[in-house]
Amino acid sequence: MQSEYAISIKGLTKSFGKLNVLKGINLQVKRGNIVALLGPNGAGKTTTIRILSTLLQPDGGRAIVNDYDVINQSAKVRANIGLTGQFAAVDEYLTGAENLHMMGRLYRLSRADSRKRTNDLLEQFDLVEAGKRPTRTYSGGMKRRLDLAMSLIASPPIIFLDEPTTGLDPRSRLTMWEIIKQLAASGTTILLTTQYMEEADHLADYIVVIDHGKVIAEGTSDVLKAKIGSDHLEIIITKPGGYEKAKEILKGKSVQTDDDRRTISVATKGGVKKLKEVLQQLEDAKVEVESVSLSRPTLDDVFLNLTGRKTGAEEPANKKEKK
Amino acid sequence: MAKISALSPVKPERHPVLFWTLNDTWLMAKRSIMHIIRSLDQVMSLILFPIMFMLLNRYVLGGAIDTGDVSYANYLFAGIFVQLLAFGANYTTINLAVDLKEGIVDRFRSLPMTSSALLVGHVIADLVRNAISAVIIIAIGFAVGFRPTAGVREWILVIGLALLFSLAISWISAILGLLVRSLEAAQWIGFVFIFPLTFVSSAFVPTDTMPSWLQAFAENQPLTHVIDTMRHLLVGTPLDNSGWLAVAWSVAIILVCAPLAAYMFKRRSVVDK
Repeated sequence: MQSEYAISIKGLTKSFGKLNVLKGINLQVKRGNIVALLGPNGAGKTTTIRILSTLLQPDGGRAIVNDYDVINQSAKVRANIGLTGQFAAVDEYLTGAENLHMMGRLYRLSRADSRKRTNDLLEQFDLVEAGKRPTRTYSGGMKRRLDLAMSLIASPPIIFLDEPTTGLDPRSRLTMWEIIKQLAASGTTILLTTQYMEEADHLADYIVVIDHGKVIAEGTSDVLKAKIGSDHLEIIITKPGGYEKAKEILKGKSVQTDDDRRTISVATKGGVKKLKEVLQQLEDAKVEVESVSLSRPTLDDVFLNLTGRKTGAEEPANKKEKK
Repeated sequence: MAKISALSPVKPERHPVLFWTLNDTWLMAKRSIMHIIRSLDQVMSLILFPIMFMLLNRYVLGGAIDTGDVSYANYLFAGIFVQLLAFGANYTTINLAVDLKEGIVDRFRSLPMTSSALLVGHVIADLVRNAISAVIIIAIGFAVGFRPTAGVREWILVIGLALLFSLAISWISAILGLLVRSLEAAQWIGFVFIFPLTFVSSAFVPTDTMPSWLQAFAENQPLTHVIDTMRHLLVGTPLDNSGWLAVAWSVAIILVCAPLAAYMFKRRSVVDK
């Protein structure tokens, strides 16, 4: 009997020397779902994936993958998973087709099955022509696609994707997203890690936010967003009279003002609609607006909201998408 | 792009464990050998150094070195040959370090494959690379006056010892490759061992002109035994106990280092990533 969950983790801990990387992670992934592990660098995302794919032994806790224990039944686990790491792990000197066929045989497929899957995957991943060339001639996006195709050669029921789009250009990222969605639609269970709220939002059925080796929030994207907050509308008004007037018009509990920068910031879930509305109000009152921007919640906002601090010192403090 | 199809049900084949061990090893060896064929610059850079040494020693220093009854060209060849094998067998260090760095090792380790197959693959590739460069160096040896007296039996023994010695160095290289933390280190670490060992040996000059303390080391270290045995087989110089000692050293190194490397590889968890 298969259990309802493809992946089930309880109280997982791992330390490297004095560094406690995982401090008791609990996580369950339903069959056929896409679950995103969201967190900043160093949160423990990769360590979790490495334990689930049997590359690392946990210090404590249990991890069950496709009903097999990652510690006692690691060989069985390995036969049931596909892993795509952070860096495209393809052989540079082999062609795309040779890489795939080698993987197929290492997954213990027969020669005929391996050849067939190789051809299918090259076609599905738009690599038929490129498949005849050594992969060192590939672009970053092509390498990532091949990398993912390689982890699918034996049609594993579960795949792990460690930051599948980090470093990709926007077009390759969209292609990757499309592939991941199709995979899930065909029944594969996917656990992916990401640093991007947007990516988790777009792909995942369920999002688990981790920080410093602990789960700090989880839920569907809607549930999390409700918790996390909203878009920010920022209006700068340089003319003194106008600024005061605008403050008067917009005042409310979701409004913050910064008199030094003459900036009014409105938290809203209304997006562009709210932006129009506010601009209309100001227009009607004949207030001259210097500049206006709408920013979506970023991972920084999520963290600020959940933990009361920024994600990390090395990240820019105000990484917002201007619209 | 074609639609990503539903999971096409492919079932793994069923075979005894030994079958898979051989299958995995063959696949890994094939991969490493493809690297040699597709980037011949490795063979080129490997062969360049011994060629340079052969020409410099033969024509610049050779005239001043007294090798008794044997011509210097005949004396020198065994030394150059063994040096070449040692450098060639050191590529496992570099290739393993590259694999570890590029994350492909993680990929292999997440598969249901035999874990040590990757190591064996690199070691076998060293043998192939050495076979290619050995043919080249022998040809060049002939061109500069190397005239072996070896018959068929001796040549077979030369090839056998070359393989055995190459295997021994490759397994040491595998351990070094698993120990080093950077590609830069992987590139010089073998050099640091091999270079002095080939010089403090009977490779280029007879050991009896060295100071006595150095001579004691030079005459008893494994490279000297391998070189003396090769020289005996190729041009008929006296052998003493070197033949057995060369084989014993090589076998002992393999017996210790191969399981150790496999164990280290299995245990290795990449922390600093």
